[in-house]
Amino acid sequence: MKPLGRKLGLVLLPLVGASCVLFAWMVSSRTWSKNLPSPGKTWEVSKPYVVEPLAKRGELDQGILRFAWYSLVLVAKGYSIALLVGTPLGFVLGLSPLFTRCFDPIIQVLRPVSPLAWLPLGLVLFENSKPAALFTIALCAMWPTVLNTAMGVRAIPQDYLNVARVLNLSGRKRLFKILIPATLPYMFTGFRLSLGIAWLVIVAVEMLTGTPGIGGFLWQEYNSLIYEHIILCILTIGVIGFALDLLMGAVERRFKVA
Amino acid sequence: MAFLELSGVSKGFGTAGARSEVLRDITLSIDKGEFVAIVGYSGAGKTTLISMIAGLIEPDAGTITLDGRPVAGPGPDRGVVFQNYSLLPWLTVYENVYLAVDQVFADWTKERKRLHTERSVAMVNLGAARDKRPGQLSGGMRQRVAVARALAMDPQVLLLDEPLSALDALTRATLQDEIERIWERDQKTVVLITNDVDEGILLADRIVPLSAGPGATLGPAVAVDLPRPRDRKALNHDPRFKRLRGQVIAYLLGPGGRPKLRGVEKTPLPALPVSA
Repeated sequence: MKPLGRKLGLVLLPLVGASCVLFAWMVSSRTWSKNLPSPGKTWEVSKPYVVEPLAKRGELDQGILRFAWYSLVLVAKGYSIALLVGTPLGFVLGLSPLFTRCFDPIIQVLRPVSPLAWLPLGLVLFENSKPAALFTIALCAMWPTVLNTAMGVRAIPQDYLNVARVLNLSGRKRLFKILIPATLPYMFTGFRLSLGIAWLVIVAVEMLTGTPGIGGFLWQEYNSLIYEHIILCILTIGVIGFALDLLMGAVERRFKVA
Repeated sequence: MAFLELSGVSKGFGTAGARSEVLRDITLSIDKGEFVAIVGYSGAGKTTLISMIAGLIEPDAGTITLDGRPVAGPGPDRGVVFQNYSLLPWLTVYENVYLAVDQVFADWTKERKRLHTERSVAMVNLGAARDKRPGQLSGGMRQRVAVARALAMDPQVLLLDEPLSALDALTRATLQDEIERIWERDQKTVVLITNDVDEGILLADRIVPLSAGPGATLGPAVAVDLPRPRDRKALNHDPRFKRLRGQVIAYLLGPGGRPKLRGVEKTPLPALPVSA
């Protein structure tokens, strides 16, 4: 392909994919699912939320980005807790085979538990929806960071550790000059996956707790029978999730050292 | 008593039953300021031997003493240049060397540590590349950084583990000359591990062949009585050089050779024309 052709392909080919989905959506709304709003109808009803994305007309009626912002703030808090707990935990797991033998089995048992299962426990523990939400996000998002960090520490080449031994590096220097830099690429892979999960969890958490945010809005509009807004929310969640992944991917690449 | 002394050192790997002995009854005395080359087959256990002197692994039997004190673990009195450079890829040339300086001379002022690092980097002619990371350097340049890092620690013994074996012939020759120059200046005790007999003769005071494994041990040492500085071009035609080379190779192919090769000697290969 010529350079111009390649550039066109870069823009056109994704549009082809999107058109296919749009077409299937349109056909579905016309044929077998009368409740599904058509793309045109969805746009019409969603327009005020998209055109004025930051408007605040009332507690339950706000622009789509304002709702998304509430969700992002909650995710940021829960995600920070996940990283603050998960990274050191991963380091200890990677460094100590004994610790791994003790805790790896229980981690493998807790890891696949759905956020929908953790949230009620959070509500029992904290008796309040906000900390319960944070608890759930942190707990679910933590595992990729824990496991990737541990894997990164175990994958540190023996050469680097030999350098530390030959130079008689102190524990602190060994940690900051060798262990952490050598593990960074793995850590950032974990961070990226964790962020994806945190964003996935937020919707479920908001739905169940009624916290204002994009997931809460989605659930509220379902209950108000405004189905167009469900689709608006789904698309917004998807776009933001994609953007977050791209952002973390860029950060991750920056820390890959040849 | 010699400066660096190995006596009856053995080392094996694997668990009981599937255990294989790598090195057997290694005894070697090295004087202060002496340059000794240990020449042997790939896989014979040369790296194991140098790792034991470095203190990275412990011998199963026998003792290693440096300046009268038994070697217990690694220390800055022994600078090691590893075969695969072992530079930290996230640090620049300067930072890689500084890490060693900062650790070994912890009580120096910052300025003094900085100057010492700069000098070490300049000594291996890498001043222009001081802010580059190892990924941006050629193999020869990386190995120079490793040499600079080892020398910057001002060790009593310099342990070189096949430092040049991954390099092309020309770079190799340049670095050989550089190692000789540095040794002439500092008169450090050097143990060079190599699989290149010529390299050993060019650089060392004494060559000790290591027999093929498993259970490798040291053969009779050959003193290199060639005057320094040695000129690699003249050396090729020097009869003493040829004699030394013959002695070492005779051991490595004869009594120190691989067991399966020993029987084959009766059917000699046709003589090939010697290339210049």
